[in-house]
Amino acid sequence: MANYLGIDVGSTTVKLCVLNAARETLYTSYVRHYSRVRECVLEELEKIASFGASFHVCITGSAGLGIAQRARLPFVQEVQAAYGAIRQCYPDADAAVELGGEDAKIIFLTGGAEQRMNGSCAGGTGAFIDQMATLLDIPVPEMDALSLRAERVYPIASRCGVFAKSDIQPLLNQGANKADIAASIFQAVVDQTVSGLAQGRKIAGKVLFLGGPLYFLKGLRRAFVRTLRLDAEHAVFPENAPCFMALGAALAAAREKEEPLEALRARLAAAQGHSDITVGEPLFASQAEYDAFVARHIRSDLAFENVLTYRGDAYLGIDSGSTTTKLILITPDCKILYSHYQSNNGQPLDIVADKLREIYALIGDRIVIRGACVTGYGEDMLRAALKADFGVVETMAHFKAALYFNPDVDFIIDIGGQDIKCFKVKNHAVDSIMLNEACSSGCGSFIQTFAKAMGMEIGEFSRLGLFAKHPVELGSRCTVFMNSSVKQAQKEGASVEDISAGLSASIVKNAIYKVIRARTPEELGQHIVVQGGTFLNDAVLRSFEKETGKEVVRPAIAGLMGAFGAALYAKENTPAETLISGIVTEAELGAFGYSSRAVICKGCTAHCSVNILTFADGRRFVSGNKCERGAGLPAARHAADLYAYKYEKLYALPQERKPSARGTVGLPVQLAMFEQLPLWTAFFETCGFFVTFSEKSSRELYFRGQHTVASDTACYPAKLLHGHIESLLDKNVDFIFYPCESYNIDEHDSVNHYNCPVVAYYPELLRANNERLTKENFIAPYLDLNDERSAVRALHRALKGWGLSAPLIRRALRAGFAAHAAFHADVVAEGRRILEEARRAGRHTVVLAGRPYHADPEINHGIGKLLNALGVAVLSEDAVFEEGEQVRVNVLNQWTYHARLYRAAEFASRQTDVDLVQLVSFGCGIDAITTDEVRAILERRGKLYTQIKIDEINNLGVVKIRLRSMLAAIEELGRKS
Amino acid sequence: MKHIEEAADFTASYPVFTPAMKATHTILIPDMLPWHFDLLVHVLRRAGYRVEVLHNEGRAVIDEGLKHVHNDTCFPALCVIGQYIDALKSGKYDPEHTAVLITQSGGGCRASNYIPLIRKALKAEFPAVPVLSLNFSGLEKGNSLRLSAADFLRLAYAIFYGDLIMTCFNQTKPYEKEAGSAARVRAQCVEQMKRALDGGAYRRFRRCAKDILDAFSALPVTGEKKIRVGIVGEIYVKYSPLGNSHLEEFLLSEGCEPVVPALMDFILYCVVNTVNDAKFYNKGKRTAWLFAIAYKWLYGKQKALIALMKKTRFAPLHDFGHLRRCADKVIHQGVKMGEGWLIPAEMTALAETGTENIVCAQPFGCLPNHIAGKGAVRAVKGLCPQANIVPVDYDPSATRVNQENRIKLMLATAKERARVQEKEPS
Repeated sequence: MANYLGIDVGSTTVKLCVLNAARETLYTSYVRHYSRVRECVLEELEKIASFGASFHVCITGSAGLGIAQRARLPFVQEVQAAYGAIRQCYPDADAAVELGGEDAKIIFLTGGAEQRMNGSCAGGTGAFIDQMATLLDIPVPEMDALSLRAERVYPIASRCGVFAKSDIQPLLNQGANKADIAASIFQAVVDQTVSGLAQGRKIAGKVLFLGGPLYFLKGLRRAFVRTLRLDAEHAVFPENAPCFMALGAALAAAREKEEPLEALRARLAAAQGHSDITVGEPLFASQAEYDAFVARHIRSDLAFENVLTYRGDAYLGIDSGSTTTKLILITPDCKILYSHYQSNNGQPLDIVADKLREIYALIGDRIVIRGACVTGYGEDMLRAALKADFGVVETMAHFKAALYFNPDVDFIIDIGGQDIKCFKVKNHAVDSIMLNEACSSGCGSFIQTFAKAMGMEIGEFSRLGLFAKHPVELGSRCTVFMNSSVKQAQKEGASVEDISAGLSASIVKNAIYKVIRARTPEELGQHIVVQGGTFLNDAVLRSFEKETGKEVVRPAIAGLMGAFGAALYAKENTPAETLISGIVTEAELGAFGYSSRAVICKGCTAHCSVNILTFADGRRFVSGNKCERGAGLPAARHAADLYAYKYEKLYALPQERKPSARGTVGLPVQLAMFEQLPLWTAFFETCGFFVTFSEKSSRELYFRGQHTVASDTACYPAKLLHGHIESLLDKNVDFIFYPCESYNIDEHDSVNHYNCPVVAYYPELLRANNERLTKENFIAPYLDLNDERSAVRALHRALKGWGLSAPLIRRALRAGFAAHAAFHADVVAEGRRILEEARRAGRHTVVLAGRPYHADPEINHGIGKLLNALGVAVLSEDAVFEEGEQVRVNVLNQWTYHARLYRAAEFASRQTDVDLVQLVSFGCGIDAITTDEVRAILERRGKLYTQIKIDEINNLGVVKIRLRSMLAAIEELGRKS
Repeated sequence: MKHIEEAADFTASYPVFTPAMKATHTILIPDMLPWHFDLLVHVLRRAGYRVEVLHNEGRAVIDEGLKHVHNDTCFPALCVIGQYIDALKSGKYDPEHTAVLITQSGGGCRASNYIPLIRKALKAEFPAVPVLSLNFSGLEKGNSLRLSAADFLRLAYAIFYGDLIMTCFNQTKPYEKEAGSAARVRAQCVEQMKRALDGGAYRRFRRCAKDILDAFSALPVTGEKKIRVGIVGEIYVKYSPLGNSHLEEFLLSEGCEPVVPALMDFILYCVVNTVNDAKFYNKGKRTAWLFAIAYKWLYGKQKALIALMKKTRFAPLHDFGHLRRCADKVIHQGVKMGEGWLIPAEMTALAETGTENIVCAQPFGCLPNHIAGKGAVRAVKGLCPQANIVPVDYDPSATRVNQENRIKLMLATAKERARVQEKEPS
């Protein structure tokens, strides 16, 4: 009888497996399909002719679904296929973890069989690892080998590739060891799988590890085995792991009817892609149109000067960007002597040092560098390492450069490797700045990653798009989603040309509609300058012109504009008496060298991961620190940070334990409870309890509770709460008290006074997903604190086991409210003190406006300290909102915490020396509504609006740039008026 | 707000729907439940409003939504706004004489903010188009539909009839002997109910319901066994084919019977929450009794409907009182934002009545669903270990393959179990 054939078509590979009637494996294969799915399957089928003229066949895999449907062949869902194969090969297994190209799955076999698959927005898969290897610029096997030599693991977000990049890039720029980063990436994948998929169920017993990545990557294996604490006997890595699903499909094929191989091939060959995809217009109708386009843009070029013959002064600009490093040397009349543009490959410092040597060799003693200026992510480090004269925040550098090309410029858009920057210009000053958020960065590096995945250079890949006949519509949300859109388009038969053009259009649409949030192209302005390396790509440039309907200026040095702006800055700011730049000399460069070391700063409880670079001449540079202490400097004497003040004061609330205490009650320090800690502490202490708080937040605390997180896309404060609950359970409190409150306290300035759904009902989720919580040790009554009668009733009922009388509860509740009011009054008073002191000292003040629980340093990542270090005093929204007028806004003003934002903005809008920065938690749906209103309030009164998105990403590099840009723009605006 | 007259005004002006516009303006409403809306629209037209349900679909709708709505806003808002703008751009409607209508619950979920979002979106391109609200919370006074008590009554009946038609159709379609016969009867029933709503015969509730049941009962069915799949979740993506990528059709094509809970359950859920607020927090006591009466009346009608269904071969609708008891087993009825406790209640009720396979549909990042959807799955499974639940996120950029693959996994488990049960009949 015929053999069984299983075909597994995944997102990146095709796997085949042939079994005989006795279920013995005769043949397996594993190849990458490079998105040529159907062709690849057909080629593979040719190789199995020797195993029979006909087969029982079954297809599986994410990309197999469409093929099976179109060819009308049997299909089995891949997890089901794996399930079948496991029962056949490893009947004693307890669980299996399978990582594929785009999917991650866990199968529990014993103790209640269950199969789980990652959600639509989960990284931690093979594609994620590929993406990270591209970022490190090493092949995946090398990354694997490196990871085995790691000494430490950095926390890296693995939920989404874009997030991970924002964690990794700064590490690279700070000179962290690649081996450590590689291991951290694998650890992130493990954490993602264990927390995101297992969700509370323990992965224990005999565990199988399946799928390509787990088969090929030793470092990943090791990370899994260590995290799950498995021994060799219980961690099984099957020899046939990559083809396991194909094996499962072959087993499933036993139920299907026999099919001649020829018929099979004919069916697959005939299964043409039906066009489910939407296509747009070609970028250029003809070669002539393209030529005219090229000729027009050639006009915005800079002149060159021969570096080998020129004699005189020169200015050096260095832009150390997130993924590329740029250098430019110009003459005083702005002719280019030398320029360089290069991918970082991880070590910007080495690149710059190398190029400096090259420059010194070229200029000899004919040319004198009079000034040098550094900008970009690596600004601080390079400035310290190379002793450059100036540093300028990159937004200002770009602005300066654009002004040079068009003095009337009113809009600048810069799309770089990893970020998008847009500036609106009014009266020759930056009026507003828009930067992409962590999640919607459809930027240049995406095209690059994709080109590489197609085995092409970026230039070649984008050229292909220029004359595509039917560019594919790929959506405009985020790169991860675009990634699967691209795959789907390929499955539908779109050509590489169409996809290339489609990607260019996506990047442009993402920038215009999501980052700038323009509703119509007219909002952008009349004189647009586009820049950034991505715009060197003609397809992107053309897409931009088509989408906006405007002809724009793209300087030929579009990719070097940051460096050019820095050079201009050096030229403008070098005093006449300075004849030579202080930058490292040729001689010093000869002996240049450095070593890097990562340590945990013990300066305070924040425990920043800092990186110390030690240079050959003994100087040191510290990065990753949030305050002066990390850099080994004494702390600023007058901390003007209301966030830190509040947090410390909260933890000082509980009184000493009395021997007579009725019992111990634990309060978790997050979400709704955060602000109500004074209230409930006083309440329970009046009732005769000893009150204890959960541990202070940290990344470790988050990991401790991560396995009970039910919804991956909830905000970080909510997810962190799971750790707080674990901490209280470990403290052996008698019970945890955490009420559900649909309504917050009515502050009489909004239509209603709701809490957001997550804040209101999180106790329900905790109870449902943490098996350690019981009716006895977790007390979560439903309360409305605005109504004393019902609140007393509910508390009396909830605490009835503790023998508290209703009058006592009423008295305690009143004491609680008094403590709540006193705490608030103290915060307001301290806020006033900070503001007055800042005013006396002539310093600027920023209201960091978020939620009360953003005061947790693990949530705000020490932004307050950062602002203090930049010389700015920090207030919180709850300290100032009562000084703001009541406001009427466009949206339904119905949440207590959010109503404060509007009034805090109103307050800030009337002060000359106070600005407002809105802190927004990633995933906060309600802030999608409030941000527009806060912006409207500030902009109506001529203030800048700045928003900072925070998540578990513990890196303030981008935030720092944003805050410095804001301060520079405020200063500039102040100077103009 | 205390001092609203002194408040600093940051609002932008927007067009208001004046009473005169009733005669001159076409009112567009988004598509959510095609057959229910057919009946509801009929009632609104009777009341003198020129209403039209939008059926436009496709990438253009989603693209317009993406352009006009903030990245992090929920998917239903994006679909609805996309439909409006796409329709207005189609040239079929005169922007000077068109208005749009949206329902508003006034709860703590951001869905209550759809109106300002729609206004903002329209302002950019169609500044003359007013936005109307349909709500019971007294929001948007002067900009909401004005209906008589009799019309509200008609709307209620229309929903009951819609629920009954939908339920009978879903239980007939997978088993029909003659292809297309269930759809034909559905269309007939809808037309018949329209006439009933016109003439006042709608108040002969049992008669009308019986007509629907009889019409569907008369259809010959195969009697084969199919896998039943329940659909619960956020109200828009649960029902709207545009929102859930035609989930019902997909399930039918996979050889399953979709089990879609009634729309009236959501209405009752909203009504009960107001009653509960008074009970739990002494809140809104002055109006709560009205809601209590409405609840009693509606629930009575629903029970009558269930009694009628029990006499036929159709599995009856959920009894709302039973749903509340189901909720109490897994979550507190205080969870009242979005679809709140209704989701775990429906999951439990479905799992207990043999519909163990459930799709929990939610917009990507839906706030109430963190708690009541994904967050409650574990608790429901604790109660009904046989429950086979898959949460699916809907989003403008999530690919259909991704969603369908997850649903297929759930179905594979379901089919496996069905095979095992067949082998060892217990």
